[in-house]
Amino acid sequence: MSHSKAATLFNENEAKVNWHDKALWFVRHKRDLSAHAVKGWESLRQLGSQIKAHTLSNLDNYLIQFEENALKNGIQVHWAADGDEHNRIVHSILKASNVKKVVKSKSMLTEECHLNPFLEADGIEVIDTDLGEYIVQLAKEPPSHIVLPAIHKTKEEVDELFQKNIGTKPSGGDPQYLTNEARKHLREKFIQADVAITGVNFAVAETGEFVVCTNEGNADMGAHLAPIHIACMGVEKLIPKQEHLSVFLRLLARSATGQPITTYSSHFKRPRKEQKMHIVLVDNGRSVQLGRPDFRASLQCIRCGACMNTCPIYRRSGGHSYNATIPGPIGSILSPGKDLKKHSSLPFASTLCGSCSDVCPVKIDIHKQLYKWRQIITKEVPQPIVKKISMKMMGNTFSKPNHFKKVGKIARWSLRHIPKSIINSKPNIWGKERDLPDGPKESFDDWYKKRKKDEQ
Amino acid sequence: MDVLFFNKKIMKVGLFIPCYINQLYPQVGIATLQVLERLNIEVVYPSKQTCCGQPMANSGYENESVGTCNNFINNFKGFDYIVTPSGSCAYHVKNHYNIIDQTVDVINVRNNVYELCDFIVNILKVKNLKAHFPYKVGIHKSCHGLRGLRLGSCSEIVGESFSSIEDVLNEVENIQLMPLTRKDECCGFGGTFAVAEEAISVKMGKDRIQDHLNNGVEVITGTDTSCLMHLEGLINRNKQPIKVLHVAEILNNIIK
Repeated sequence: MSHSKAATLFNENEAKVNWHDKALWFVRHKRDLSAHAVKGWESLRQLGSQIKAHTLSNLDNYLIQFEENALKNGIQVHWAADGDEHNRIVHSILKASNVKKVVKSKSMLTEECHLNPFLEADGIEVIDTDLGEYIVQLAKEPPSHIVLPAIHKTKEEVDELFQKNIGTKPSGGDPQYLTNEARKHLREKFIQADVAITGVNFAVAETGEFVVCTNEGNADMGAHLAPIHIACMGVEKLIPKQEHLSVFLRLLARSATGQPITTYSSHFKRPRKEQKMHIVLVDNGRSVQLGRPDFRASLQCIRCGACMNTCPIYRRSGGHSYNATIPGPIGSILSPGKDLKKHSSLPFASTLCGSCSDVCPVKIDIHKQLYKWRQIITKEVPQPIVKKISMKMMGNTFSKPNHFKKVGKIARWSLRHIPKSIINSKPNIWGKERDLPDGPKESFDDWYKKRKKDEQ
Repeated sequence: MDVLFFNKKIMKVGLFIPCYINQLYPQVGIATLQVLERLNIEVVYPSKQTCCGQPMANSGYENESVGTCNNFINNFKGFDYIVTPSGSCAYHVKNHYNIIDQTVDVINVRNNVYELCDFIVNILKVKNLKAHFPYKVGIHKSCHGLRGLRLGSCSEIVGESFSSIEDVLNEVENIQLMPLTRKDECCGFGGTFAVAEEAISVKMGKDRIQDHLNNGVEVITGTDTSCLMHLEGLINRNKQPIKVLHVAEILNNIIK
C-alpha cells in the first residue's frame, strides 16, 4: 500500500489523528525547551555531524580497530553481511547453549532483520522488555516509532490488550496500574532468560566497548542476569573515541524526548566471570548506502526519532503508514536504498518543509535527500501514466511563453464559467475538500501590458 | 539625495511573478510591483517569463523542467536583482538550478534572486513602508522561505530570533500581529503533495487555520501565495471567518 493510501485510512478517524499529532508535538516541544537551554547546541550538532561523517569515511579502519579491542576485552565478534546472516549467527549462538528463552531490549536492528519470527519459528521464546516494544509485541504489530514504539496506542487500547494477553483487570487505562502489571510479568521473564539480546547506541573503536541507552533499565536487567549477552548493531553505530560520547549522549536524549540524558546509559566493555558476550556487526545494505554520495549522510543517524516527532506528515499519518522498519523522514531516505520499488512512495510523503533537517542532532540533510530520491524514483520505478504525461505537458507549457499565456487564459475562463459543482468534482482531487480560486479576467501579464499601453 | 536613494535608482530590478500568481492572483503581483515602485525602484517585468520549474522538479521530474529553467534565465539575466513575491520560487532558483549549465548568467541569476520582504529589509534596508492595516494578523511562515532561504529564525534551531516578514509588518500602522501556538508548522501545500497526499495535506491545512482562529487572527498573511491558496481553499469551502492576504497586499495598503 502506498503511503498516501495508508495515510488516508489513518485519517478516517480525525479524533485519533488529533490525539496522535498532539502526543508527538508534546515530545517535539519538550525537545525544543531542552535544546534551547543548552549553550552551544548548534555547535554540538555540528560536532556530532562531523564526527559521524569522519567515522563513515574511515569506517573500514574503525571497524577493524573496534574488533581488535573488543576481542581483547573478551567479547566474541561476529560479522553479518545481511539480515539473514545476522539471524543465523544469533540462532547458532542460542543453539550452541540450547537456549529456549530470550529477553530482548529495544533494538531497531533486530526489527530490521526480523529476528523474532526467525527465532520463534524454532520454538525459542523472545520477549521484548521495553514497555512500548512489549505492548506492540502483544498486539502482534511492528513498532510505529523508533523511540516510542507504541505511540499509536491509547492507554485505553493498552488496557484492553493487557486484559486479553496478561489477564489484567479493567482499569480504564490507568498507566500506573498497567505499567506495574507489565513489570511483574516481565520480571519473571528476566529471571528465566538464558540469553539477553540488546541493541547498541554507540560502539567505541578505541576501547572496544559499547553503550546502550534506555529509560527503563531493561537492557541492564537482561544483560546482568543472563549468562549470555548478545549485542546486535549496524556498522554505522561506531564512533572513534570514548570522549565523543560526551557529544552524542548530550544530543541523543534531548533530541529524542527532551530529557537531558537517558535514565540509563550503560557501558558494556567485557563479560562478567562465567558470562559470555557477543557482538554481531551487521551491514545489511549499509555499505551500499555508504557508496551513494548523495545519501551516505543518512548513515549518520543516531536514531533519536526527532525527525518523526517534528514531521507534520508523520504526526498525522502514523508510523505504520510508512510500511518500513524505520518510519518517518529518516526512514524515507533509508528505505529506498534497500528496496526502491517497495518504498517508492515514501520520499513523496513530505512537503519538503525541512523541519526534519533542522531538528536532526547530526544535521542530516533529510529533506534534500528526499528531493534527490524523487528524481531517481521517477526514472527507475514505473510511474502512473497520468503523472508522467502531465509533467511533460507542464514542462512544455512553461518552456513556451505564448503557450503558457494561452493555457492560463483557458484555465481562468474555465474557473469563471464552469459551475463549481463540476470543477470540484472528480477527478479534481484538490476540489474534494478545497475550493479553487475564482478565475480572474485578467492575468498579471494582461494588466501589465494594459498599463504599459496606457502610459504611452 | 542620500546614497541609498541613488543606488536604488541605478539598480536594475527584474520582477518575477510566479505562474499561479500571474494567472490566479494578479492582485498579488500588482501589489508587489506597486510596493517596489513606491520605494523608488525601477522595476522591469520581462514579458516572456513563465514559471521557475519547481512543480515538475519537486515531483521528481527535474529533467522536464530544464526548458522552464532556461526560459527563466533568458528572461532574468542581466538584472542586478530579481525580486519575487514567493520564498518558494526564489529558493528553487537558488538551490535547484544546478541541473542546467552553470554559465555566468545562471550563476548571477541564482545569486541575485530575492523574496520580496528579504529584498526590502536586507537589500534596500527599509522597514517602514508607510502602510496601515488595522486588523489582527497571523503570519504563516512558509517553509521554503523560512528554512530554505533562512528568511527568519525557525523554532528548531537555537539562536537569535529574526524575521524579515515580521520586520516589515511590525512597522505597519495599527496592525496587531498575533502569536500562534505553533509558529512555524508547515501548512501542507507542498506542490503536487497537495493532491498526491490529499488527506494529509487537507488535515495539515485545517490544523494551521484552526491555530490562527484559536489565536484571534482575522487575516492570515505570508510570503507565499501557494500556501495561502491552499489555506484559502479550505477556508472558503468550510466558510470560516478568516481572510487570507499576501504580505505585499498588506504592505500596499498605504496611508493616504
